[in-house]
Amino acid sequence: MPLAAQFDRVDILFPGLVQRAARSRVEAALRDLDSGKSRSEIIAATGVVVGAADVSLEIEQGEIFVIMGLSGSGKTTVLRAMNGLNTISRGRVLIRHGETMVDMTNPAPAVLRRLRNEAISMVFQQFALLPWRSVRRNVEFGLELRRMKAAEMREVVDKWLDLVGLLPWAEKHAHELSGGMQQRVGLARALATNADILLMDEPFSALDPLIRNKLQDELLSLQRSVQKTILFVTHDLDEALKLGSQIAIMKDGRVVQIGKPEDIVLRPATEYVAEFVRHMNPLSAIRAASLMRRINAITTSDRTCHFVDRAHYQIRLDVEGRLAAVHCEGMELTWREPDADEPAQQPGLHPDIHPDIHIVEADRLLKDIVTLRQQSGHPVLVRAEGKIVGFCGSEEIFSALTHAGRSEFRDALTAVG
Amino acid sequence: MKVLILAEHWIIHHSIPVDVWSVALINFIKNNFQGFFDVLSGVLGFLLGTTTDVLKAVPALVLIVIFSVLTYLFKKSWSLALLVFVALLFVLNQGYWEPTLETISLIIYATIACMAIGVPIGIAAAHRPTLYRVIRPVLDLMQTLPTFVYLIPTLVLFGLGNVPGLISTVVFVVPTPVRLTYVGISNVPRQLIEAGLAFGASPRELLWKVEIPAAMPTILAGLTQVIMLSLSMVVIAALVGAGGLGEPVVEAMETVQIGSGFTSGLAIVVVAVLLDRVFRPAKESS
Ligand SMILES: Nc1ncnc2c1ncn2[C@@H]1O[C@H](COP(=O)(O)OP(=O)(O)OP(=O)(O)O)[C@@H](O)[C@H]1O
Ligand SMILES: [Mg+2]
Repeated sequence: MPLAAQFDRVDILFPGLVQRAARSRVEAALRDLDSGKSRSEIIAATGVVVGAADVSLEIEQGEIFVIMGLSGSGKTTVLRAMNGLNTISRGRVLIRHGETMVDMTNPAPAVLRRLRNEAISMVFQQFALLPWRSVRRNVEFGLELRRMKAAEMREVVDKWLDLVGLLPWAEKHAHELSGGMQQRVGLARALATNADILLMDEPFSALDPLIRNKLQDELLSLQRSVQKTILFVTHDLDEALKLGSQIAIMKDGRVVQIGKPEDIVLRPATEYVAEFVRHMNPLSAIRAASLMRRINAITTSDRTCHFVDRAHYQIRLDVEGRLAAVHCEGMELTWREPDADEPAQQPGLHPDIHPDIHIVEADRLLKDIVTLRQQSGHPVLVRAEGKIVGFCGSEEIFSALTHAGRSEFRDALTAVG
Repeated sequence: MKVLILAEHWIIHHSIPVDVWSVALINFIKNNFQGFFDVLSGVLGFLLGTTTDVLKAVPALVLIVIFSVLTYLFKKSWSLALLVFVALLFVLNQGYWEPTLETISLIIYATIACMAIGVPIGIAAAHRPTLYRVIRPVLDLMQTLPTFVYLIPTLVLFGLGNVPGLISTVVFVVPTPVRLTYVGISNVPRQLIEAGLAFGASPRELLWKVEIPAAMPTILAGLTQVIMLSLSMVVIAALVGAGGLGEPVVEAMETVQIGSGFTSGLAIVVVAVLLDRVFRPAKESS
């Protein structure tokens, strides 16, 4: 995948180098930073705040890149360097604008404006809607700055308002809407410009957990349909694991670990990351691939395997590795292969089909597996690339819930991943 | 002791010729820019005179109905429209109709001038902290200086009539819209500015699409104050021959006529109450 944005050893200090009067202090602070002094030592010595230090990131097109960390760790600072709201003190930030990569170190005002008009847009934590404008006029804002024709603008705005479910509210003002709806306006405003990169700074933190969950799901399904590159800031590991395809964890202005959600959960690089992981909610973090018991290890030459999960099960696969038959205590069970386009995040339980035993894709979350296991009373089979690769019985589910047996997950992961 | 008295004498007898300098300054301005002041005076005088004449040409009762209807359209309130109707009838009844029209046209032009000068200065000051540091003492001076002090140079430069009345009014009132615009623009939430920037607004677009709308309630509060402060200058304006509702007050004062002093004062109060009610910004529900 081509890169949408790249940070190369970026330092961001406050005040920035643009303020002439502070130049010598900032340069002293940069020297201190190189000599390995800590953030608090640098503040004490020079009064300069290190917002971010030595940050290198590669953000691929079409991914949700999450920056996570405690308050004050520099997440916002990094995010705002992407659209030039913060100036870079040292290092290089490149942002894709069509076919070219724009250097954000010292962009000309016109270049910066065009980038913000066309290539990158932002969703704010406190929504930042213009209170004197209606919902529709708020969503029009970015397009208006691009001088789009009124008729075309109306069409585009209608489409996005419809997509976030706010078309009936188009003529209302922001203060007449609930927080969740206001943030949907913010989202529609950002998406309407059709920018490739979307910056989201804790967009759901001001919302209650139910709405937050709903908007996360909506964001994921939107992302699947529009394929934007999203840089998402959060201080909540559960949110990061749910949304992120890549997660960067920050502490005191530095990135301490970058990796896929599984890497973070299974191989925390430092005690700081491990502490986060201990406090996460495994239900929406661990996926089938990480918690299942692998089947290929126990498959015999006749493509049949046996295992015990409260009862005795026998599974037979066909030559392609698909399920051919499954028996519980000698009784034949029915099953249903999941549809290829079935969304992985939603439970996707067909209310009118009740197979005896469920098959899920390897990226299905623990919480869905718990539901399916409980509903059917049988273990849940796991499929990857069309083949049955493992199963999740109660033992696997319990050990995942109690964070035990992590090393086993690791095996399973390498086998599937 | 002796030394102190001598020193005092010396100080008194060697006074710095500030008075001479100020005369010189005014003369310098008069001699070199008289043409400019004549043109300005001519244009303003023409505008004020024409507006008053047009208003006077309309039958009083028709104008009263027009004002009442406008009030209703503007404020959507029957009771307020009725108040305007009755109050203006009272003014007519007391014989102050023409002075009221003169005062209204003076207020209209003073308000236009004050907003046209004050709002841009306020915006500029909000964007440039150093500029604000420079103009703040000037604004303080303009508002604390007794009006009579600058009435004299105004008279010298513009002669007697309604133009010096207008100019004195503007000098007294213009600091208010400057201040309120400054407050409004500097208090636009940081977030909204950043939202504007993040979507690629140029400085001009940021001003027109974010800063001014966000500051509008404060700027409008300034407008109301400008109208009321302009009205408060009617008596002073009348002293330099501007006519209007201040004139009967001044006359009554000079000839000690209690009756007309009272009725003309009452007419000013009635107009003040009307303007306040009509132009006071509606309370936002949010
Ligand atoms: N404009 C600024 N001027 C001075 N210091 C700043 C500025 N912006 C951020 N900082 C400092 O940089 C550090 C990192 O701040 P940042 O806002 O990036 O943290 P964060 O990770 O986003 O925290 P939070 O979760 O609270 O939003 C903080 O110590 C903060 O004080
Ligand atoms: Mg932040």
